[in-house]
Amino acid sequence: MKFGVVQFPGSCDDEDALHACARVGDAELLWHGERDLRGVDVVVVPGGFSYGDYLRVGAIARFSPLMEAVIEFAEGGGPTLGICNGFQVLCEAGLLPGALLPNAGVRFLCRQVDCEVVNTDTPFTRGLKREEILSMPVKHTTGRYYAPAEELAVMEQHGQVVLRYAGANPNGSSNDIAGVSNRDGNVFGLMPHLEHAVDPIHHSEDGLKLLVSAAGMVTGV
Amino acid sequence: MRARVLVRPKAGILDPQGIAVERALPALGFGGVSNVHVGRLIELDVEDTSQLDDMCRRLLANPLIEDYEILEAPSHAPA
Repeated sequence: MKFGVVQFPGSCDDEDALHACARVGDAELLWHGERDLRGVDVVVVPGGFSYGDYLRVGAIARFSPLMEAVIEFAEGGGPTLGICNGFQVLCEAGLLPGALLPNAGVRFLCRQVDCEVVNTDTPFTRGLKREEILSMPVKHTTGRYYAPAEELAVMEQHGQVVLRYAGANPNGSSNDIAGVSNRDGNVFGLMPHLEHAVDPIHHSEDGLKLLVSAAGMVTGV
Repeated sequence: MRARVLVRPKAGILDPQGIAVERALPALGFGGVSNVHVGRLIELDVEDTSQLDDMCRRLLANPLIEDYEILEAPSHAPA
C-alpha cells in the first residue's frame, strides 16, 4: 500500500511525515501544483506553514490544484489524514467540522502530550483500544479546536471526537479535543505530530500505531 | 470601488490576542482600556462589488469564527 504526503510551499513536516509513512508502507510526496494523486491509498496533509499562513491558517492551501483531487478522494471515502497545519487545511476545505484558533495562552507550544483514544471506528484508530493513551508532541500557535456548541454536541453523538487530550488541555480546545473525524470517519485531523513519534530516537513511537491502522485497513489486515 | 473589509473574531469566542494587547497597555502606563480585540484589515479594488460578500464568506473571512464588515475605502493613490 502507498501513502501520499502533500507538499505545499511552506510545509515543513512533509519529510518527517514521509519518513513516518515509509516505516509502514510505500510513501511518496505529492506536489501541491499537480492534480494527480498517483494512485496512493492514504493521503497525508502534513504540518508546517502552508502559503506562509497568509490570511488565516490553511486558508490559501485549500485552493491549491492538488487539494481539488484530495477533496474528491476524501469525499469518495479515501482515508485522509491532516496533521497540525494539515488539520487546519482540512477544516478550511470543509472536509472536517470546526476551525483552529490561536492557543488560549497565546504562546507557541512545544511539548509532549498524552491523548486518549475516544473512537476506534476510523481507519486511523481501528487498531487501537478505546481509552488507550498515545504520547505525541504538539508544536503550534493555532491549535485551539473550536466548533459551535450545537455542532460539538452532534460530533460527540456521532463519535467524531477521535482523540482527546488526557490530563491538561494545552491550548484551550473545546471539549479537550485533540483530533476529530468527519461523519464517515475516513477524514481525520489532529494537532499532535504523530510523525514525530515513530522512531526509537523519539520520546515515543505511538504515532506509528495510527499509520499502521490505516495501512492495515488498505491491505485488509 | 476600493473596498475595505474588516474581519473580527466572532463575539463570544475567546480572543487571546485581544487579551494580550489589553494586558500590555497598562505596562506602558495606558489605563482605562478594555474590550480590546484584534482582527484583520483587507483593502482591495473591485470592479463588481456584488461579489464582495461571496469573497468574504468563501475566502477573506471564515464565518464560523469571524465576522466581517464591508466598507468603502478612499481610492488608492499610487505612491
